[in-house]
Amino acid sequence: MSNGVASLSSQSAPAVSISNLRKSFGTLEVLKGISLKADEGDVISILGASGSGKSTMLRCINMLEVPDSGDVTIGGETIRLKHSRRGMMPADQRQVDRIRSRVAMVFQSFNLWSHMTILENVIEAPIHVQKRPKTECIAEAEELLAKVGIADKRHQYPSHLSGGQQQRAAIARALAMHPKVMLFDEPTSALDPELVGEVLRVMRSLAEEGRTMLVVTHEMGFARDVSNRVVFLHKGIVEEEGAPAEVFAAPKSERFQQFISSHR
Amino acid sequence: MQQLSYFELVGFGPNGWGWALLMATGMTIAVATCGFLAGSLVGTFVAWGKIGGNAPVRWLADGYTTVLRGIPDLLVIYLFYFGGSAALGAVGSLFGAEGFIGVPAFVTGALAIGIVSGAYQAEVFRGAYQVVSRGELEAARSVGMHRWLMFRRIIAPQVLRYAIPGLGNTWQLVLKESALISVTGLVELLRQSQVAAGSTRRPFDFYITAAILYLLITWVSTYLFQRAETHSMRGMRRAS
Amino acid sequence: MDFAFMQEAFLRLIAGVPLTLNLAFTSIAFGAVLAMLLALMRMSNIKVFDWPAQAYVFVFRGTPLLVQIFLIYYGLGQFRPTLQELGLWGFFREPYWCAVLALTLNTAAYGSEIIRGGLQSVPYNQVEAARACGMSGFLLFRRIVFPIAVRQALPAYGSEIILMVKATSLASVITMMEVTGLAAKMISQTFRAIEVFVVAGVIYLVLNFIITRIIMAIEWWLSPHLRRPPAVEPRLEAAHV
Repeated sequence: MSNGVASLSSQSAPAVSISNLRKSFGTLEVLKGISLKADEGDVISILGASGSGKSTMLRCINMLEVPDSGDVTIGGETIRLKHSRRGMMPADQRQVDRIRSRVAMVFQSFNLWSHMTILENVIEAPIHVQKRPKTECIAEAEELLAKVGIADKRHQYPSHLSGGQQQRAAIARALAMHPKVMLFDEPTSALDPELVGEVLRVMRSLAEEGRTMLVVTHEMGFARDVSNRVVFLHKGIVEEEGAPAEVFAAPKSERFQQFISSHR
Repeated sequence: MQQLSYFELVGFGPNGWGWALLMATGMTIAVATCGFLAGSLVGTFVAWGKIGGNAPVRWLADGYTTVLRGIPDLLVIYLFYFGGSAALGAVGSLFGAEGFIGVPAFVTGALAIGIVSGAYQAEVFRGAYQVVSRGELEAARSVGMHRWLMFRRIIAPQVLRYAIPGLGNTWQLVLKESALISVTGLVELLRQSQVAAGSTRRPFDFYITAAILYLLITWVSTYLFQRAETHSMRGMRRAS
Repeated sequence: MDFAFMQEAFLRLIAGVPLTLNLAFTSIAFGAVLAMLLALMRMSNIKVFDWPAQAYVFVFRGTPLLVQIFLIYYGLGQFRPTLQELGLWGFFREPYWCAVLALTLNTAAYGSEIIRGGLQSVPYNQVEAARACGMSGFLLFRRIVFPIAVRQALPAYGSEIILMVKATSLASVITMMEVTGLAAKMISQTFRAIEVFVVAGVIYLVLNFIITRIIMAIEWWLSPHLRRPPAVEPRLEAAHV
């Protein structure tokens, strides 16, 4: 699973493929050579204690963090990197922008643009990044907001919504990009317990539609019931990987066993 | 000659200076506005240099704000007035013109105000930028916005909102600074009051009138900036 | 750049430094006393005191310092006979005293807001703790409230001092030959604006740098519990122009 992937046609290529990813912050090595492949329709839950590198790995996929070495390949297209004085940099920012608009990200802290209404948040990137016609974007945004259950909030500002509503709006914003892959970075960790359910319900329905999703989460229920694969990271390497039914029933790694028992 | 009453003196009658003072007030507002806008332009670039520049650019930008905030504004006005004329004179002599060529006082004044207030506005913009949530910028990057689009759609609108109170303060400062332009002979409010005071020998009456007119402008603009602030902050309630 | 000329300019302008500092520190000293008074009036919760103090601050912060200087120096000349009768003419005839008066009145308006901010920042629980120990009135103010407020207000008051040093340049407009006055005279004699400007600018920057350092040292000395001198940031709203 090296550079050869890039030469394959995008139909047979995995949706996301990362190989031998390494990343350090100063002297701290956070990712120590991680490889992972997601085929179309995969829902992969990425588990791990804090500091295990799971968020960093996710952020490397759309270049919010630039890896020190290794390849990130989206739909068969490998992101080209180059050396610079301040470490690695994308060789072609346009390529990164193009790939980002196909890889949507949902953040732990929602990150809705606070100066725009919910509807404006959803149509912003489709209109200005993807240059799609405004009327079409609005019609679609209304549908998406209805789908995540906050159609009535479309003209309100993010600060007037609950955390759960904001996160559902952020999911609608991600969906509006028509993404090939969706990345979720601990989407429920900043929510009050009673609001977690509404967000997980939306995510489950997306999984049932057959969307490709990579989800960094602490929600064991979601990992067990919704995802078709579970990846457990520990100290920057993949410690355990497999179908949820297998890994939860018979964990091979002792650390994963401990992790499951402490997150019940 | 019979002594005019205060209201005859500053009124709009045949012996009154009302129209002249009104025109001069307009000139004060005009030169302050032009200087303020020039300062916004300068301030935007300097703030940009402070935030996103490489080491030499940052160093230059920091040096600019430190120097301009550390020396008297009057000195800057003298530099522009005399220095500008000297530069123009040098250019003029190339084309055969001789002697002292005066730079229009309005241009000198607006530029000097722009250069000084640019240093203050740069700090205002930089402070406002720091309030913009990092996460929102990350979200913009994650949907594939390139730098200019992100600046135009996400950063600039938010920075402007957060900057309104600071810009209001800078505007008050610019307004008061415009009085210093009177030393170059531009007939703004203070200069007109000086002229009137000299010709009528009633300095107190005219300077107190000038003070009242400045207060009036301050008061109205404070109100307008507050309106702008409440208007722009709709929906922007934030914790902390 | 002509370095011989700049050296000459430096020697001529440096002669204005004593007057610049004299004007600045005389007015800061008088202004601080007046500022304290105004701050107490504003915090008295008594309308007859609060209201005039508020009006005072509004007027002196809302009008250009140069207008205030002209009003005192030229404007009061209109009442010369009355002032002579009162024996005050000797004071108002002198540009030095007029400049000091205008600068004092002006800095008092800004200073009172700084002091008020400092006093208001004193945590209520510390006052309560002092009351619980039986402190009240002037003792409470002198031992607890005032020391805390001074530490809070010092950085802002430091910027105010820098602003005052800059503001003394306006005294040149009423014939005071401090640094800016000497610079303006020299420019109009030689028409070498840039060289003179650079020299004068450097003099002001050095003065302000030294003052900033002194204030930081005082801050460090006054805050043994913090011992991390925060930088003195010039306040935006308070330029005296």
